[in-house]
Parts: sequence; C-alpha cells; structure tokens
Amino acid sequence: MKKKFDLKKLYLALVMLFFYLPIVYVVIFSFNDSKSLTSFTGFSLKWYQKMFETQPMMESIYYTVIVAVLATAISTVVGTIAAIGLSKSNRIIKELVTQVNNLPMLNPEIVSAIGFMLFYSTFNIPTGFMTLLLAHITFCIPYVMLSISPKLRQLDDNLAEAALDLGCTPFEALYKVIIPQIKEGIISGALVAFTMSFDDFVISYFTAGPGINNISTYVYATSKRINPSVNALSTIIVIVVTIVLILTNVVPMLRERKKKNEKIA
Amino acid sequence: MKGFKRLVYPYMVFAGIMIVVPMLIILFYAFTVPGNDVISVKLSLNNFARFFSDSIFISVLVRSLVLAVVTTIVCILIGYPAAYAISRLNADSQTVMVMMITLPQLINMLVRTYAWRGILLNFDISPELKVYIGMVYNFLPFMILQIYTSLAKMDQNLIVAAQDLGCNERQAFLKVTLPLSVPGIISGITLVFLPAVSSFFIPKLLGGGSYVLIGNLIENYFVTTGDWNFGAAISLIMTVVILISMYLTRKFDYNQEA
Repeated sequence: MKKKFDLKKLYLALVMLFFYLPIVYVVIFSFNDSKSLTSFTGFSLKWYQKMFETQPMMESIYYTVIVAVLATAISTVVGTIAAIGLSKSNRIIKELVTQVNNLPMLNPEIVSAIGFMLFYSTFNIPTGFMTLLLAHITFCIPYVMLSISPKLRQLDDNLAEAALDLGCTPFEALYKVIIPQIKEGIISGALVAFTMSFDDFVISYFTAGPGINNISTYVYATSKRINPSVNALSTIIVIVVTIVLILTNVVPMLRERKKKNEKIA
Repeated sequence: MKGFKRLVYPYMVFAGIMIVVPMLIILFYAFTVPGNDVISVKLSLNNFARFFSDSIFISVLVRSLVLAVVTTIVCILIGYPAAYAISRLNADSQTVMVMMITLPQLINMLVRTYAWRGILLNFDISPELKVYIGMVYNFLPFMILQIYTSLAKMDQNLIVAAQDLGCNERQAFLKVTLPLSVPGIISGITLVFLPAVSSFFIPKLLGGGSYVLIGNLIENYFVTTGDWNFGAAISLIMTVVILISMYLTRKFDYNQEA
C-alpha cells in the first residue's frame, strides 16, 4: 500500500518536471553569455540590457499592458451593465444573447480573428491600435458576462425593489444594492478578461495593424532567427506571474487570519 | 426594476455588429469568388470544389485531425493518472498542485512554446515529433484540471460502498470512479481537441514551417497570398468538421450515460 503511494508522487513529480522544464530552461539561458540556446557558456546580463535597448520589444510590452488594462476596464463595465440588463430580460432575449455570446467562445480563435479582419476591411477601417483594442473588448465581454450571470441569478429582486421604494433613484439602486452583491463575479470576470487579453495571440495577429505588436505577435514575428532577449522577456513574465499568483493566494489567507485574530481579541 | 432590462439593449446592438456581422462576412466570402462587388453578387461553390478536389488540401485537413486526436488521447493517457493522483492527496497538497499546474498556464502561450524550441534544439528528432510535444505541453493542463474537478466532486462513500459490496480496488475503479469521471474527460476533450485542430503557431514555431496544418493554411491565404475567399472557405470547412466531431463526442457521452 505504501509503495503505491510513492509511485503516485513520483508520477506527479515527473508531470511537474515536464511542466516546469521549459520555464527553468528559459530562465537559465536568459543569463547565457552567448547567443546559443543549447550550450551555456557563462553568466551575463547582456540579453536583459539588449531587451531594454530594443525599442520594438519595449513597445510590444507597452501595447500588451495598455490593451489588457483598457480592454479589461471597458469589457468589465459593459459586461456588467449588459449582464444586469439581461437578467431582467425575457426568455427570448436571454436565449438570443447567450447564443450570440457563445459564438466567440466556442468558435476556433482563428475563425473569430479572420471575422474581425474581414469586418474591418469590408467597412474600410484601417487596422491599428483601435481595431486591436476593439477586438479585445469584443472577445472579453462574453467571458465577463459568463462569470457575473450566476451571481445575478442568486440575487433577491426584492432588495433593489425596496431601495427604489425607499427613495433611491434606479442608478443608486444599481450602484448601492445590485453591484455590491455581484462584486465577486465582477472581479473574477475582470481577471479572466485581463488574462485573455494579456495572453492573446491569434486575434491580435489578425487585427493589429502593421507596426503594432503585443508580446505574442512580437515573439511570433521574430521567431525565424534566434533572439535570446526573448528569454529575458520570458523570465520577467515568469517572475511577475509568480509574484501575482503568490500575492493573490497569500494575501486573502493573511486577511482571513487577521479577521480570526480580531475576533479573538 | 423592469426598467433595468433596457440596460442590455446597447450591448445587443454592439454584439450584433461585432460578433454576428463578422461571421456573416466570412460566409459571404466563402461562397463568392474574388472580383465581386456588392451590387452584382454571384454565389459560387468554387472555393469548396477547389478544396475537395485537391489531395494536398485533403491531406492537410487529415493531418490536422490526426494531430488533434492523438494530442487529445495522449493528454487523457498522461492526464488521467495525474488527476487521479492529485485527487488522492490531502486537501492542502491538492490546492498546491492545482496552483502549480495553473502557474505555467498564466505565462504567455507563445513564450512557453518558444521555450521548447531551445530545449528541442538539443535533440535530433523529426519536426513532427517536436510539434506533438509542444501540443501536449500546451494542452495537458486543461485535461488534468477538468478530470481533477470531476474526481474531486465525487462522493468517496460510493467507492467505500462498492468495496463493501465485494468489489476489489480495480473493480471499484472501473465500475464506479471511471464512469463518474467521464463528464470531466468529455469537457477536457472539448478544451483540448478544439484549439488543437486550429492551432497554427505551435507547428510554425516548433515544426519550422515544414509542418503545415489547416490553421497554417488559413493563415497563408489571409496573410501571404491574400486569397480571402478561399481562406474563408477553408475556415468554414474546419468549423464544420469541428462541430461534427464535438457532436459525436457529446453523443458518445450521452450513450454512455444511457
């Protein structure tokens, strides 16, 4: 019995090795002295220096962040408003909007991407930063709505009704009564939107105009030749993601503990 | 209160323009040939005839399907034991393992695929095998997490009951655990197979351009040759193939339950 248990742990360790091998590899070779991706010749920070000196690379980081922030903010606001409206709509409208929202979520990404591209071309909209942002907003909203809708179903209608009876304007009822109750759904929707936008390649590839790259399309465009600065960039992303993940998991834990301590005191 | 329903109207207009219209435009392009203007539209099936009469296109479609099916099967074979092993750990270790599987997923997919390129340069293997490794690497986390979720939800008393009723460990697994985790496998298949069929940067980054899949074909017709009508037709064919595959998977799931 005990032997079997160890076998399971060994297997999980192997799977984890598979998952983390490329990440460790990239981090090591980002400090490589030479251009080689196979032999480590010595420690150096030159690829980091080169990364900060390569303007298109820094621009791609800038565009990735700015598009992710704007797309998250806009799609969260629009998605929240639409989801609240949808929860009060009749069955036909509910079904219709759900089906339309399912299209980009179930379609292969490349199909949504060429849809945007053909759409922009048909209406003579030159591709660039705005078309990229608009595409990101469009594919984020359905995910925001999807994470808010279950919270809205649990909502007690009488509370908003009571707020209106007690003299709230509809906007106040929305802002002071409904929004606080669906806050969790809004936050998780925003998180999903941010990761989707930050990581997106396929849709950005077809909707960003010439000269505009996010990190994904930059890596793709320069993938023909070996470019170790990409390893430096990857290492920075790995560090940021790890810190954020630890913070989002540890901070709530600490807060919980603090609450407990306060209760005791 | 009822007035709130008006809040969805602006989004309905937006979704109509930004989601529905682009899909209609793809259909329009797929069923027309270049040189059309809006006034004298002539519908045609030429693009589809061209695709199905050329054995090269058919072989690319078949290759993409084989790649997606094999990737999905390998993900199940590696992922199921992993998910099962995680579900047997204590609660804290389970949380840590799920977090450890999620972490690499939060790192940009292109960056992760690029990382594999360096490692695979050390090995003298075929481009095809490299693409397979990259595919399994990118999609395995989805499979593990889906199967794990269905295993974690399972009532452990059912297994105890099966053992009380005379099942040995193997029988309890085959007759109770496995059937109850089928929904997890099915949603894992959806999350792996669908993006695997249309993937195009993994073959390009790891296969070095010599390994063409249906996604690469679509990319070529839109980005390089500019034959958008034919490109739209290929993407329509791909979507229909995916829909049929998903329908068959769901039907299998339904029969399994019945």
